[in-house]
Amino acid sequence: MNKISKWFSVRAELNSRERTILGIGSFLLPLLLWCIVSYTPFIWHPKILVQDPGGVDYFQVGMLVDKSDFRNEFAKMQAQHLALPQGKPANPIYLPAPHQVAKAFYTSFTTKPEQRDMPWLYQSLWHSIKIIFWGFVISSLFGVPLGILSGTYARFGRLSEPFIEFTRYLPAPAFGALAVAVLGIYDAPKIAIIVIGTFSQQVLIIANTTRKLDVTILEAAQTLGTRGLNLLTRVVVPGILPDLYRDQRILLGWAWTYLIVAELIGTSTGITWFITQQARYQHFDKVYAAIMMIGILGFGTDLLLARLGRKLFPWDRSLDRI
Amino acid sequence: MNNEIKLPSYLEQSDAVRSRFDRINQREIILEVRNLCKHFASKHSNVEALRNINFKIHRREFVCVIGPSGCGKSTLVRTLAGLEGHSSGEVLLDDKPVQGPGQDRGMVFQGYSLFPWLTVKRNVMFGPEMNGHARDEAERDALLWLDLVGLGKFANAYPHQLSGGMRQRVAIARALVNQPRILLMDEPFGALDAMTRAKMQTHLLDIWRNIDITVLFITHDLDEAIYLADRILVLKAHPGEVQEIIEVPVPRTRGPVSLTSPEFLATKARLEKLIHPDEAQESEEDEVVKPHMIRFTNVTDNVD
Repeated sequence: MNKISKWFSVRAELNSRERTILGIGSFLLPLLLWCIVSYTPFIWHPKILVQDPGGVDYFQVGMLVDKSDFRNEFAKMQAQHLALPQGKPANPIYLPAPHQVAKAFYTSFTTKPEQRDMPWLYQSLWHSIKIIFWGFVISSLFGVPLGILSGTYARFGRLSEPFIEFTRYLPAPAFGALAVAVLGIYDAPKIAIIVIGTFSQQVLIIANTTRKLDVTILEAAQTLGTRGLNLLTRVVVPGILPDLYRDQRILLGWAWTYLIVAELIGTSTGITWFITQQARYQHFDKVYAAIMMIGILGFGTDLLLARLGRKLFPWDRSLDRI
Repeated sequence: MNNEIKLPSYLEQSDAVRSRFDRINQREIILEVRNLCKHFASKHSNVEALRNINFKIHRREFVCVIGPSGCGKSTLVRTLAGLEGHSSGEVLLDDKPVQGPGQDRGMVFQGYSLFPWLTVKRNVMFGPEMNGHARDEAERDALLWLDLVGLGKFANAYPHQLSGGMRQRVAIARALVNQPRILLMDEPFGALDAMTRAKMQTHLLDIWRNIDITVLFITHDLDEAIYLADRILVLKAHPGEVQEIIEVPVPRTRGPVSLTSPEFLATKARLEKLIHPDEAQESEEDEVVKPHMIRFTNVTDNVD
């Protein structure tokens, strides 16, 4: 098979080497794109970084000006035979180069907070993780049992699901003001927003997963003498466990997406507080670093949970390759 | 069919076979079905799935149910298992009416019904555990039955690691460990390849010969029914009704030779006549599906 048609063979099985290479590649490609935009001065770079203001009275060293403005001033100075301004092409302040972000990633942790009562970055991150954790735990505490009940017993399902389906369309941030009014300005309303955002999806997804359990398995259990609650605890729950676990991983990702909105409610805290602070001082390198920290935390947790899943459910075939 | 060989009537029984049936009929009745009717109410119509089914099964009898697709044989066995209700009539197990599924009627399904999260041994232990047996007792029984179906070595394997035939062996062991009064089998070998299926049939007869178990076996395979059964319950479709109950004249013990015996062929001829009564009469599907064959190859390019 030649090289090109290999890429277009439908649903091809990949060997582990290919999987690793392509997997790393999927991260390197965007990074490469970012490097190209950042390090090749003739690609994009719409600004000029002033290195020597020359005769232009409002130019300052380190100032970013539009290319066209720079060209105009340059021409004016030439015409007036004044000192010419010097500069080099640069990207806007909101697109720092990879090495700047990498550096910011480190310095964000080592920089002392500007005021003494402000948290260090690791404290902000830890605060965010706690919000996510409690939001997800509280949502799961109610959502998982309700989902399983709804998926197992048709009457429970019919009584709960239509309304939950309706609440799914109510955007969680819309409850922000209400949550603050009821729960105060500290962590409780933030946790509430994550619960509101996760709960309805959780019930519906888990009910659906429960319904997908092969009915033959339930019937076999019944003909073996399984009755009542045993049918739920000994057959339904273990039967759906690997899928339930997968659902929970997806839902945890969902909870992360509600984090930023949740942390803006009441007094801004956690990683969101850090991001808004840094953006205010135009430290965009630190903003990117913080966004990446969220990504790394979320993705890392998911990878760990996937690994753990393979250990926990040795019978589950769909977990074979992750 | 112009079959030149003169077949005996399927009703003729050798003395040995007849006396065997006499012995069977003297045994107590395990399962009795009286005037069983079942309707499905759908939006547009009231479908009559089963009409007035009557039969009795004696202890240690092997009964097969056969019929064209849509005759309700699966519905019948599911009703007997208690997985589906019925509209009227009675299902009596040891003279007591059946209500809902229970461990007194073991069932083996066509699809893989093993619990994928349990090892083979734990699958077999599941029934005894559910019925309040102690765990070590359940384990002892499970290992005994796994040995009996030849899977002692696979006790700690998971179902997905087994072949189709092995999984059905586990399913049989799992049903039998509960010591049910009757074993209901709903096309259990339907998904297996021909070789495995033949092996499983012989194995099932072996088990049945050595254990006090009564079997009701659903199949659409005529050979399978004749090979296994003492009696064959022939159903017809729309509505599902008992057409005939045939006492299979093929002598026991049966083996591969039985498949070519005159009794076997005579019974098969009879079954074929019952199940495909008139070649001329078109089924509903044939009325709709009418292939229009066009020749795409050269006239000299013939395959036969």
